[in-house]
Amino acid sequence: MTNSIDELENTDCIFVIGSNTTSSHPIIATRIFRAKQKGAKIIVADPRKIQLGMLADVEVQQNLGTDVALLNGIMHVIMDRGWHKQEFIDAHTEGFDAVKEVLKNYPPDKVSEITGVSADDIVKIAEYYATSEASSIVYCMGITQHTTGVDNVKSLANLAMMTGQIGRENTGVNPLRGQNNVQGACDMGGLPGVYTGYQAVTVPEVQKKFEAAWGASLSNKVGLTIPEMMSGVMSGSVKALYILGENPMVSDPDTHHVEKALKAAELVIVQDIFRTPTAELAHVVLPGVSFAEKDGTFSNTERRVLKVRQAVAPMGDARHDWEIIQDISTRFGYAMHYDSPEAIMKEISSVTPSYGGITYARLEGDGLQWPCPNAEHSGTKFLHKGGAFTRGKGMFFPIEYKAPAEVVDEEYPLWLTTGRVFAHYHTGTMTRRAEALNCEIPEAILEVNPADAGKLGIRTGDWVYLTTRRGKIAVKAQLTDWIKESIVFMPFHFVEANANVLTNTALDPICKIPELKVCAVKLEKVQ
Amino acid sequence: MEYKTTLTTCPYCGCGCGFYLESIDGRLVGTIPSKTSPVNKGKLCIKGWNVHEFVQHPNRLTRPLVRKNGELQEVSWDEALDYTADKLRNIKEASGPDSIAFFASAKVSNEENYLLQKFARAGVGTNNIDHCARL
Ligand code: SF4
Repeated sequence: MTNSIDELENTDCIFVIGSNTTSSHPIIATRIFRAKQKGAKIIVADPRKIQLGMLADVEVQQNLGTDVALLNGIMHVIMDRGWHKQEFIDAHTEGFDAVKEVLKNYPPDKVSEITGVSADDIVKIAEYYATSEASSIVYCMGITQHTTGVDNVKSLANLAMMTGQIGRENTGVNPLRGQNNVQGACDMGGLPGVYTGYQAVTVPEVQKKFEAAWGASLSNKVGLTIPEMMSGVMSGSVKALYILGENPMVSDPDTHHVEKALKAAELVIVQDIFRTPTAELAHVVLPGVSFAEKDGTFSNTERRVLKVRQAVAPMGDARHDWEIIQDISTRFGYAMHYDSPEAIMKEISSVTPSYGGITYARLEGDGLQWPCPNAEHSGTKFLHKGGAFTRGKGMFFPIEYKAPAEVVDEEYPLWLTTGRVFAHYHTGTMTRRAEALNCEIPEAILEVNPADAGKLGIRTGDWVYLTTRRGKIAVKAQLTDWIKESIVFMPFHFVEANANVLTNTALDPICKIPELKVCAVKLEKVQ
Repeated sequence: MEYKTTLTTCPYCGCGCGFYLESIDGRLVGTIPSKTSPVNKGKLCIKGWNVHEFVQHPNRLTRPLVRKNGELQEVSWDEALDYTADKLRNIKEASGPDSIAFFASAKVSNEENYLLQKFARAGVGTNNIDHCARL
C-alpha cells in the first residue's frame, strides 16, 4: 500500500475495485465502514455483487476482465470535465500526453458496451473520485490475476496521478495483500529479479555489494518465475525444486500440469507443517513449524514490519525453518552460522536500505513501516510524499483494453471466476483444520445465477460438473443473484473440488501472473 | 499449571492483526486480540479468533520423510539433511546452478525468506527463486 490502513477511515472517497474486502480483509473493511459513517463516498466495482456494495454510493458490476476499459472510461470523463489536476501532472509526472491520446477512444457509451456499466455510473465514479479532497483506491486479486494484471495496476496508477490522489495523507493506490507475508516475501528478495529491498540482480554495483556481504560470486541473470519453473521441469532444464511452505498442487492454475511437473522432477524438497498434496509428491519432506512456534517478523500490507513471537515449543521433531535452511546450506557447502532470527534480521538491515533502521528492539510496540533507512528514522506512513516518486517523476503508461486470454464460445458458454470465502485462507491447509471455521463453510459451493441454473434444471444443493479445456470437477451448486448471468463463481480453498483444475495458465506477459480470475467453462447437471 | 500469553502476529491475511496466544502447559487454548495493535485495535476476524486451532493439530508433520521404494518413510534429521544436501550438490554439478529452483513463501517469516534466497543465490548460485505472490 502507498498509504496506511488507518488513513482509510479519514478519506473522502474510497474506490474499491477487485477486492471483496469484507471477506478477504475484514479488519480493513472496518476502516471502510468508519469512513462511510464519517461521510465518505464509497465506490465499489466488482464483477460479483459483494457485501461492501450494500453501503456503496455507486456499485457497479463490470464484465470480467474489462477493468482497463472501465478505468479508461472513468479517466475519459475526468479529462472531458476538466477534473484532472494539471499542476500535479506538470510538476510530478511525465508521459501524460500519450495517455490523453488513448483516452480519446474511451467515451462512456463505448465503455458501457464493453463493461456492462452504465454511462451514468461511469460519470458518477469519475466525479466522486476526482473531485473529492482526498480519494483512495483499494484493490486486490480481482485486479491482478489477469493476463492484463500489470495493465490494470498501471491504469489505477494513471487514474491516481492524473487526479493528484497520491503522495498525500488519506490518498494513494492501495493493494491489499492476500497472504500474511506476501509483502515480506517480496521485500526479502523472494523474486527472480531482485535481492532484498527490490535491488536488481542485473545492476553491477548491487551484485558487487551482495558478493562482498555474502562472500560468494553471484549470478546477474534474472531467474525463473514459478510458471516458468514448471515448464522448465517439463522441458528438462530444471531438475530440482525446493518448495518452502507452499502448496502449488492447490494454489497454482492448471493442477494437472503442476502434478506432471512435480512427478517429472528429479528432486522435490517440500518444507511444510502439514502433509499437503504437494508434499505427497515430494522426495524429501522436512517438517518446519507454524507461526506460533517461532520468532521472527512479518511485513503486512501497509509495509509495517511486525514481531512474531514463539508461544509454544515445536511439535514433535519439527524444527525452526531457519535452522533447516541453515543446516542444508552448510552441508551443501555454503556455511551459515546464525544463532537466532534476530541475527538474521541484523544482516537483512545491513544489506537492505529500506530496512536499514529496523531492529528487533525497535519493533516492540507498533512495529515500523518501511522505508526506515536508519536507527533515527521513525518509519514511513505514506509513500511519494508531495509527489516525490521513487524514480523521480511518476510515469504515465498509455494502456489499451485487451480482451481476456480465453473467451466464452459455444462449447464453453459461461465465464468462471474464482476467489476466497471469509472463513478460509488460501489452500485451506490451516483453516480447514480449525473446527470452528470448517463448521462455517465445510465445502466448496459454486455460485450460479438463477437464470443460468433454470436453463439447465439446476437447483441449490444439486451436484454439477464444471468443464474447461483443462479439466473437469464436480461441485455443489447454489443459486444466487449476487452473481450476474453467464458468470459462475467458486472458491479455491477446497482440494476435493479444486477450482484450479479448471483455471487458465495464460500469463501476464510482464509479471507472469496467471489469469485465475477468468476462463470459459461448461456447466452440466450431474444426472 | 502454567498459563501464558504471547503477543504475536496473525498468520492469515495481509492485515497483520496483533493478538495474544493463550497457552496452558504448552497447549494453545485461545486467542485474545491486542487492544494496542495499530492494525486491529482490539478486533479480530473469524480466522484470527480461531487461529490457535490448527497449530497443534494431530496431522502435523513431526518427523522428516524421505521417499524410499516409492514410499515416504520417516528418517532421522541427519539422514534427511544429508540426503537433501547431497542430492542438490550432485544436481548442481551435473546440470549447473540454474537446474535448481526455489519456492519462497508468503507464509513464512522475513528471516526465513531471506535465508532461503541467500542459499539459492550465494549457496547454489541461481536467481531461480519466486513465490506465490501472484496467486
Ligand atoms: S485476524 Fe483476520 S483480518 Fe486480522 S490478520 Fe488475521 S485473517 Fe486478517
